[in-house]
This record gives sequence, C-alpha cells and structure tokens, in this order.
Amino acid sequence: MWENIKDFASTFFVTGDPLIYGADVSIVLSIIAIVFVLTKYKKWGWLWREWLTTVDHKRIGIMYLIASLLMLFRGGVDALLMRLQLAFPNVEFLNSEHYNAIFTTHGTIMILFMAMPMMFALFNMVVPLQLGARDVAYPFLNALSFWLFMLGAMLFNISFVIGGSPDAGWLSYPPLSQNEFSPGPGQNFYIWGIQISGIGSLATGINFIVTILKMRAPGMKLSKMPLFSWSVLSSCIMIIFAFPILTVTLALLFLDRFAGAHFFTMDGGGNPMMYLNLIWMWGHPEVYIVVVPAFGIFSEIVATFSRKKIFGYKSMVWAMMIIAVVSFFTWAHHFFTMGTSASVIAFFAISTMIVGIPTGVKVFNWLFTMYRGRISFKQPMLWTIAFIPCFVIGGATGVMLAVAPADYQYHNSYFLVAHFHQVLIGGVVFGYLAGIYYWWPKLFGFKLDEKLGKWGFWFWNIGFYVCFMPQYALGFMGMTRRYYTYGWDRGWADLNLVSTVGAFLMGIGFIFQVWQIAYSIKNGERDTTGDPWNGRTLEWSIPSPAPFYNFAVVPQVKEMDDWWATKEAKANGTYKEEPAKLEPIHMPKNSGIPFIMANFWFLVGFGFTFGWVWMAVIGFIGVFACMWARSFQYDTDYYVPVEEVRRTEASLGRVV
Amino acid sequence: MAQHHDHGHGHDHDHHEEHEQLKVLGFWIFVVTDCVLFGTLFATYAVMMNSFAGGPTGQELFQLPGVIASTFILLTSSFTSGLAVLAMNKGNVKQLIAWLAVTGLLGLSFVVLEVTEFMHLISEGATMGTSGYWSAFYTLVGTHGLHVTLGLFWMTALIFQLKRRGITAVTRRKITNLSLYWHFLDVVWIFLFTVVYLMGVM
Ligand code: HEM
Ligand SMILES: [Cu+2]
Repeated sequence: MWENIKDFASTFFVTGDPLIYGADVSIVLSIIAIVFVLTKYKKWGWLWREWLTTVDHKRIGIMYLIASLLMLFRGGVDALLMRLQLAFPNVEFLNSEHYNAIFTTHGTIMILFMAMPMMFALFNMVVPLQLGARDVAYPFLNALSFWLFMLGAMLFNISFVIGGSPDAGWLSYPPLSQNEFSPGPGQNFYIWGIQISGIGSLATGINFIVTILKMRAPGMKLSKMPLFSWSVLSSCIMIIFAFPILTVTLALLFLDRFAGAHFFTMDGGGNPMMYLNLIWMWGHPEVYIVVVPAFGIFSEIVATFSRKKIFGYKSMVWAMMIIAVVSFFTWAHHFFTMGTSASVIAFFAISTMIVGIPTGVKVFNWLFTMYRGRISFKQPMLWTIAFIPCFVIGGATGVMLAVAPADYQYHNSYFLVAHFHQVLIGGVVFGYLAGIYYWWPKLFGFKLDEKLGKWGFWFWNIGFYVCFMPQYALGFMGMTRRYYTYGWDRGWADLNLVSTVGAFLMGIGFIFQVWQIAYSIKNGERDTTGDPWNGRTLEWSIPSPAPFYNFAVVPQVKEMDDWWATKEAKANGTYKEEPAKLEPIHMPKNSGIPFIMANFWFLVGFGFTFGWVWMAVIGFIGVFACMWARSFQYDTDYYVPVEEVRRTEASLGRVV
Repeated sequence: MAQHHDHGHGHDHDHHEEHEQLKVLGFWIFVVTDCVLFGTLFATYAVMMNSFAGGPTGQELFQLPGVIASTFILLTSSFTSGLAVLAMNKGNVKQLIAWLAVTGLLGLSFVVLEVTEFMHLISEGATMGTSGYWSAFYTLVGTHGLHVTLGLFWMTALIFQLKRRGITAVTRRKITNLSLYWHFLDVVWIFLFTVVYLMGVM
C-alpha cells in the first residue's frame, strides 16, 4: 500500500530537478501568501463579487491583461533558460529532454497563453468603448471565454510540476506526439490545455463579431468605424474559421492517443502528413489573428500622435480584409521541403508573397500619416515607430522564406527562428505594448510613467536586435533550430553568446516595465480629463477610468473620428449642445456560472490527461449542470436608475 | 426587481427584443463555426476513405436499411420541429410542446438506432482502432450523433421552460435557435448519408 502511494507520488509529482523543486516551493508559497492576504483583509467576498463573477468587459480585460503578463514572464523565463543553455558550446545546464520541454512550453505559452489573452485584453478594454456601446453582445459568454482561457492555461502550466511537460514542439507533430514517443501525460496536458482555452477563444470571436456588427452607437456606419475595431473584426473572422479546425485536430490527436485511433499514426492507415496540413490550416491564420489587431492599434496611435486623420482609411480596411482571406491559403509554406508537387508549392509560395502586398500598403499609409504631422513621441508612439523597421525586416525575411527553392536552405534553421521572432516580437508584442500604454489611462485612470517606460523601451529594442540579428547569420552558418548544445568546432560560439546577451537585455526591459507599473500606481500622472492624449475616437469622450456602464448617454455619431470632430466644433464655436437626457441603463447581472463551469472543464481536462475517465465524467456532468442551470435563468439583467448614473458621473467630475 | 417595473415598460420591451435578435445572429455565426468543424471532419474522412489497413471495409459491413430508416426518422423530426415553430407563431403553447416532444422522441430513436449500428459494427470487428478508415467513420458519424444528443437535452430543458413561462421573447428566441440547430443537423446528416453510406457501399 505504502509502496503504491510512493510510486504514484513519484510519477505524479515531477521531482528530481532543482528547477522544479524551486517551482514547487514558489507555487506553494504564493498560494499560501494569497490565501493569507485574502483572509487577513477579509477580501474573499470582494474577490468573488467584483472579479470572479464579473461580466463587465473592462474588468475581464484587466484579468486577461494580468494573466497575459504573467504568462509573458513564464514564457520569458523559458526563453532565458534556453538562451543560457546555448550561450556557450557544450553547456550542461539543461539536458536534451529538458530543453525539448522548454522550447515546447515556451512556444505554446507565448502564442496561445500570452499573445492571445493580451489580444483579448485589448479587445475587451477597447472595442465597446470605441463603438460607443455599453457592453459586448454577450457579457455572460465573455466571462465564460475568459475563465475557459484561464483554466486551460492553468492546466497547461501545472504540467511543469505534475506529470511532466509536453516536449514535442509547440505544434506537436506526430509521430513524436503519439503515445509511442510521448508516453507520459505531458502531451495530454498540451491537448486539453489548448482545447479548453481554444473553445473560449472561439466564443470570443463570435462575441466580438456580433458586438461590432450590431452594437455600434447610432450613426456609426461601418465606413466610419475606427480602424482598431476593423482590425478586431478581421481577426475575429479568422478566429471563427480557424479555431474549429484546431478543435478537430486536437480531438483527433487525442483519439489517437487515448482510443487507439489511427488518424496520424505510422501504421493502421494513419497519415502524419494530414496532421501537418490540419494544424497549419489553423496555425498560419493564427499568426495573422494575433498580428492584425496590432495593425489596428498602430493605426489609432499614428493618427492620434500625428494629430492627423489616418491616411488611406479605405485601403487600410481592404488590406485587413484581404489578409483575413489570403491567410487561409498559405498554410503549406510550412512544409515546402516535405515533398509535394511543384505546382502545389508554387501556389503556396505565390499566395504567401501576396500577403506581403496589403501589409506593405499599410506601412506606407502609416508613414504618410506621419508625414508632416505634429508628432509627439510619447510611449505608444515610440513603440509604433520601433515596430515599423522591425516589421519591414521581418516581412522581407518572410518573403525570402516564401521563395520555395531557397526555403530548402533556410527551413528549420536559426534564420527561421530569427524571422518569426522578428514578426512576433516586433509586430505582436510591440503592438500590444503600444496599445496597453495607449489605453491604460482609460482603464485605470492614470498614465504609466514615461521615464521608466523609456528605459524599458530601449532595453527591449536594443536587446531585440542584439538577440536576433546574430541568429540570421547562425542560420546561414548551418545552425538548425531546436539544437540543445553544440561543439566549439562549429564556430557558432561568438554569435550565440551575443544573442544570449540580447535576450537578457530584453529581460531587463521587462523588469523595467513591471517596475514602471508598480511605480505608476502610486506616482503615475492622473488622468482627470478622460482624454489624456488628445484622442480622436469615442472612448476618449468619457471619464477615466470608464464607469461600469461606459456611456451615461449613448453618443450620436456623425463623423469618422467623431470625438475629434466634436472637439474641433467646440473650438470653432459651431458645436450645438444637445440637452442630454438620462435614462435608466440596462445592464447584465454578475454570474458565478462561468467560473464554476470552467473549473469543471478543468476537471475534464485533468481527468483525461491522466486517463482517469471517472474524473472526466464528473467534469462533464458539472459542465452540463452549469449549462442547464444557465438555461433556466431568466432574471439576468437589471436597470441602473438615473439617480445612480447622475451620482456616478458627478463623482467622476462630470455634470449630466 | 421593483425598479425594473418603475421605468417605462415600452423601453424595457424594446431592449429585450433587440437582445433576443442579437442572440439569434450569434447563433447563426455559431452554426458557421460548426460547419467548419464538420467540414474538417469530412475532409479527414475523405483522406481516410481507403485507409482500411487490411481490415474490413464499409461496403462489407454497412446495412443500408437501418441507415435509411434513421434518415427518414431524422428528416421527419426536422419537419415536426418546423411544425413546432408554426405552433409557436400561432401562439399555441400546448401544440408547441407537443410537437417538440414528438421531435425529441424521433431524435431519440435516431440516436438509439445509431448506437445499435455502432454495436453491430463493433461486433463485426470494426472498432476505432481497426484502421484509419474506421477511426474517421466513428469520429464523423459520432460527432453528429453527439450533436443530436445535445439537442435532445436542450429540447427537454426548453419544454420545461415553456411549461413554466409560456411563449415569451426569450423562449421564442430559444425555440428559433433550437430549430435552426435541428435543421442544420439534418443537412449535415444528408451529406453524411451520401458521402459515408451511399458512396461507401457503391
Ligand atoms: C522575449 C524574448 C524571446 C526570446 C529570447 C526567445 C527565444 C527563443 C528560443 C531560444 C527558442 C528556441 C529555438 C530553438 O531551439 O529551436 C524559441 C522558440 C520559439 N519562440 Fe521564442 N523567444 C522570445 C519571445 C517569443 C515570443 C514573444 C513568441 C511569440 C509570440 C515566441 C514564440 C516562439 C515559438 C513559437 C518558438 C518555437 C518553439 C518550438 O520550436 O516548438 N518567442 N524562442
Ligand atoms: Cu505560415
């Protein structure tokens, strides 16, 4: 009996590695600390009422933001560990298995649990405000999406200390990801962590499409809608077509592993190549899903900080919509070298290069907007300007990779690693950071400190080039990706060391940003106007932080950049004040069901991960019970009385 | 709740109508995503169509009469769900519930027939692990069956709600979505029947 328990514990809890002991200790300590603080200050009720059950899109946005910053930290630590391992030849800091686990969790976390939630944070923080709406179309579903993401991410993350991390790469190609080569639970954690959060992402896609199509303030025709909202629409359209493919792909892989099916196996009529096609039919659009909202952010920022209307509004919209479509026809460029006919390769090479055209259009539009503008170099604008050269180089190396014959040389080399980090960091991360700096005051009521932010900015930027430029060269010198160590004789040592130094510079940049947030909570410049950047779109017309119902009076939109037009009219004296008539505001009620249901999903995932079907069944029953309970809830909203609206506005310094 | 009634009723009503319509649109988009999901499964099935790996083929094992019976049952249930909507539009709750119940029973017999078919196939030695073909078969047909089963739960829940609340803006929207879902499953089944069974025995 005792022996059995010991046996079980030693396979269940991953032990024997100092890094993991460290993680164990820090997890236990932080849980104890959280429980202690919440109990001491009697905050459990507050936590439940204000956060765990909230359906307010702004709060959900904040929770996404916190989660994604934590994941950026975790993914970043993984990156630094890898770069430490590669800093010198013959380092024995990580063994090969551990290295495999780390590049897998790094890639997965960065894309699915850092970039996606940071993007959803921005959707939630901004879109309804920008549209002049009181909320998203389905607030309850929105909360559910968040909790599914959160519990999926937790499931993926605990693999590090329970059972073992996945180690078959961030896209888990079979046969490596099959039972034969990945027997432990690691791969199942991967499947279920992504599956659960993926369902949430799909729901978010639906939610924001409807929000954008149906919840715009009266008068805001699509042709007057701000570009960030357009970019969200484009991204969500890609989500609803791409994510069901991911759902199916993961389900099939799971059936292979769990039920002995033969979809992707080497025997029994399975076909591993089918997995590659399926996963990249999701995976390629996925990278556009995360980058297109960054384009929207840059468009807003460039216009605001150049004090000019965006150049080429229509072509911007077209560019984003074309990207949304064409991105679905490029997936095979990820395996040019794996043997198909020349005409198939030609098709995918050309479609890949076509995506570059709308992207180029956008870059020129941004440059033309800046041209002769009165540019102010605040943090959001700095990141935007840094993005342009970075993305242009990344785009150029992308086109180099799309040249199929040349790809036989670059495929899976460090050239590729440098390329995709250039677009992912230079495009996605820089873009989202710019957006966070830009909209931060709207959510929190204060700005993030400029000085600390600039330190962070320069460390990130210099670090970026120091880290990744050498990797292009290493790629040409024959270093392929996923090497865990190499010898002196290769001649790769100097460049690798430089690259590691760059990675640490970026790490320092991140520390500056964390410090910046902590510092600004106390000392940041308060935003009393609601319009700290002299903005153009509707979100800047209401107080900061935005009240829970957003707009006391729903705005009537007449122009593109309506808030800017209003301000100009006020300055010219041509503004006609219309008497504001307050009405009771219709709001959704909080609900605990999303949180509870996501926890049951966690049980499902955890049960299947260890092959404990009973636990998965309990989880499914819980999920159904939650859906059933929700279906029987009719009293799901309430009215905020006029008096309360008036009081709230007054407390924010507004008279209505 | 008191407040709820104090403030203009007309207003309240508009809001509800708007919100309910919003939910119908969202459901349409959900159906689009479900189309992509089934599309992917169909594509997988197409790739695996001849991957028998020496095991039994569909042609050897399918028993068309049973499948044709389930097809008729499902098509009829689609028709009765349409009758339910007609009853709803006439404002007749009793009829609405009755037609829903009929639809549900037909759906249930469809599921039972499917389970029987699966058991027969398994007894003939065709399981999920037999070959790529059968993996794809069970996954595609099973996913559809799972959808139908979910629909049955939903239908049951709605019958309870109709009994308690009658036809309101909310129940009306729910029934509209349910019948949309049900017709959608019918369409998927027609593709399934053609691609899997008819082409399978040809
Ligand atoms: C912050 C600085 C970062 C550094 C220093 C860094 C470093 C690395 C390194 C060393 C690898 C492994 C290369 C190999 O051995 O094959 C890697 C892989 C990867 N990284 Fe990063 N990374 C960073 C940020 C990011 C970000 C922001 C993303 C995505 C948004 C990202 C996505 C990936 C992906 C998808 C892989 C491939 C994983 C795989 O091979 O399965 N990385 N990164
Ligand atoms: Cu691609």
